[in-house]
Amino acid sequence: MEIAAVLLAAVLAVACVAFVARPFLTEPEPVDDRLAEATPAERERVRLLEERDRALAALKELEFDHRTGKVADADYEELVGSLRRDAAAALEALDPGRSTKPETAAKVDARA
Amino acid sequence: MPELGRAALVVALGLVVYAAIAGGYAAFRGRRRLLDSATNALFASFAAAGVAALVLLSALVRHDFSLSYVAGHTSRELPLGYTLASFWSGQEGSLLLWLLVLTGMGSAAVALNRRLVRTVLPWTVPILGGIATFFAFMLVVVASPFGTQTAPADGAGMNPSLQNPYMMAHPPLLYLGYVGLTIPFAFAMAALASARTDERWIVATRRWTLASWTFLGFAILLGAKWAYEEVGWGGWYAWDPVENAALMPWLVATAFLHSVMVQEKKNMLRVWNAVLIAGAFSLSLFGTFLTRSGVINSIHSFTQSSIGAWFLGFIAVVAAGSAALILYRLPVLRTRTRLESLVSREAAFLYNNLFLVAFALTVLWGVVYPLVSEAVRGVAVTVGAPYYDFFAIAFGLPLVLLMGIGPLVAWRRASLRALGRTLLWPAGVAIVAGGVLAAAGAGSNPAGLVGYTFAAFVLAAIVLEFARGTRARHALGSETWAGAFTSLVGRNRRRYGGYIVHAAIVLLLVGAIGIGGFGTTREAKVAPGESLRVGAYTLTYLGTQQQRAANSQEIRARLAVSRGGNELGTMLAGKNRYFAEQQTSNEVAIRSDWLRAEDLFVIADQFNTDGSVFLKVLVNPLVNLIWLAGLVFVLGSLITMWPDAREQRRLARRFAEEGALARA
Repeated sequence: MEIAAVLLAAVLAVACVAFVARPFLTEPEPVDDRLAEATPAERERVRLLEERDRALAALKELEFDHRTGKVADADYEELVGSLRRDAAAALEALDPGRSTKPETAAKVDARA
Repeated sequence: MPELGRAALVVALGLVVYAAIAGGYAAFRGRRRLLDSATNALFASFAAAGVAALVLLSALVRHDFSLSYVAGHTSRELPLGYTLASFWSGQEGSLLLWLLVLTGMGSAAVALNRRLVRTVLPWTVPILGGIATFFAFMLVVVASPFGTQTAPADGAGMNPSLQNPYMMAHPPLLYLGYVGLTIPFAFAMAALASARTDERWIVATRRWTLASWTFLGFAILLGAKWAYEEVGWGGWYAWDPVENAALMPWLVATAFLHSVMVQEKKNMLRVWNAVLIAGAFSLSLFGTFLTRSGVINSIHSFTQSSIGAWFLGFIAVVAAGSAALILYRLPVLRTRTRLESLVSREAAFLYNNLFLVAFALTVLWGVVYPLVSEAVRGVAVTVGAPYYDFFAIAFGLPLVLLMGIGPLVAWRRASLRALGRTLLWPAGVAIVAGGVLAAAGAGSNPAGLVGYTFAAFVLAAIVLEFARGTRARHALGSETWAGAFTSLVGRNRRRYGGYIVHAAIVLLLVGAIGIGGFGTTREAKVAPGESLRVGAYTLTYLGTQQQRAANSQEIRARLAVSRGGNELGTMLAGKNRYFAEQQTSNEVAIRSDWLRAEDLFVIADQFNTDGSVFLKVLVNPLVNLIWLAGLVFVLGSLITMWPDAREQRRLARRFAEEGALARA
């Protein structure tokens, strides 16, 4: 029993070591061993994408709250303008120089 | 085969140490293969812990009493279900279960988010490895379940109070909750270590957090059900330190689940959320320390042991490390977004957070104060139910009110006029309900009456939300009413699943107030043939009966029960004397009446030689709503967690748009 336990333990240990060493065994001389690191531009892009999604989600939520009567007409009018501007600004920032303002507004409406 | 179990634990320790150190170096120096290797070590540690768990389970089933753990927690006559449950009924086994769940959940979370971990959050693996190292070290060096001895003829058996079906499910679910909080904690700290302040760690761990919170909440309720049936004092929650130990991280995690929505919607509260998740995880460790250290005297705790100091040290390291990381990253965590109005959804979430955290801290102080007093002044003090009840009411009632108001307030800002119009119906329903209840005599307990009025307000607000949402979808024209309702919930699972969870909390509140504020108790010594009246019930003591069960001798008082002249049957309340354990347990009799929503609860406290018995009888109104709340809670949580194909597509689009960051 003891010998079987020792053998099984050895098999377990060897299997684990092999599995842990696998990345080095399958790729002994990699072309690039560095972890992908985000550049400041990429981080800024992530921020803008989140900003855009947040603004669009807020617009959607406002529309729904207005339809369900949770937001009064006056409040809706006051809020919808600034949310549209936020969403448009985020879309512009993601796609600078490519879209004119009316097109961006159409995009905001379509996505919301 | 204890040698195999010991060896598997040593292998697991080596693997998680490697995952922590090599993973940390890989994350720091940006080494891809080394990080993959550390990730594989984390995966392999789950397999090694699994082998150790199988060895222990096999020893339990085979009654291998040469293992001290098996001999100390089981006996030959213990039924198989409890024999298997003894895996977690002792210190060492429960630590092994902890390691198994931690490495399993950690591996699954990393595997499901492998691209994210590789490219954005490389510190996740070393943090998970570091936490697992502590538990593996404890199992190898301090509290091994594979210690051996000369096998006795029979084992000592299991603590009788643990021989209850709920105890087979309560501890593993509790561990899933406690350990599950490691996942959002590890991802959050990894995000801080990598200076990533975007919301990807939140998206990646949202369901893990919800699942852990659900497991923890449901486990607390199962523990309460066990206490109600097994401990036999007639209540369901006694503010016992170990019960509180699970409640504290649940309260803080509840605050986190709400405030993280504000971060997602408004990019606010980033520092606060990091503090909350670190707090919830630290409190889950503190709960484990309380249960295992022997510093408190509780029916739920393990015996005195040497592991308390280790746990305390680990909690200090986790708390200090998290605090240092949060402080270090303060400049990038702070945002310029401010609260636009004190009357808005985000403001409601903030108030809810303040009450939840204040309540958690109050409970923490109640748990810690006796320990501090004894350590500093040498004076043993106890913090009793009145302290907790006071704060449960002081913080709980505003929280309930906020559960009703919050969903009715718009994000950003709402005019008081619009808010007043929205609150009109729920407030009207609440006032009518309060008036009817006061007329029915509920005013005898003012806090209870206020609680019920608030509960009616919240339920009305929830119904109104569902009704308005369904009507709005139906007004779009293409759906039937049923279709509109289904698509409303299906398209907004987090929101409407959350409302169902709120309804569960209301049910719990109604039940808790019922049993706490409107129950009836009667105690008396009765001789055979004598009767006892409690509320509308009459109990006639018919005599005692005894029988031998598999591992115990049972004695029961037979009681004929009637109500208003109608015979309702016989109840058997008594005690079990366990042979191997040499202990006696109370076996209460409970008669649940679902139509009247009340329990008749009988404790046979003392059997006298003259044939008489000392009975304690309670009528517990609405207590069944507490258990029903557990099922509704799970239903709401499942709806909230259920995968949403539209949301998945949206996220996939966004991650694809992130371009270079999504490579590898």
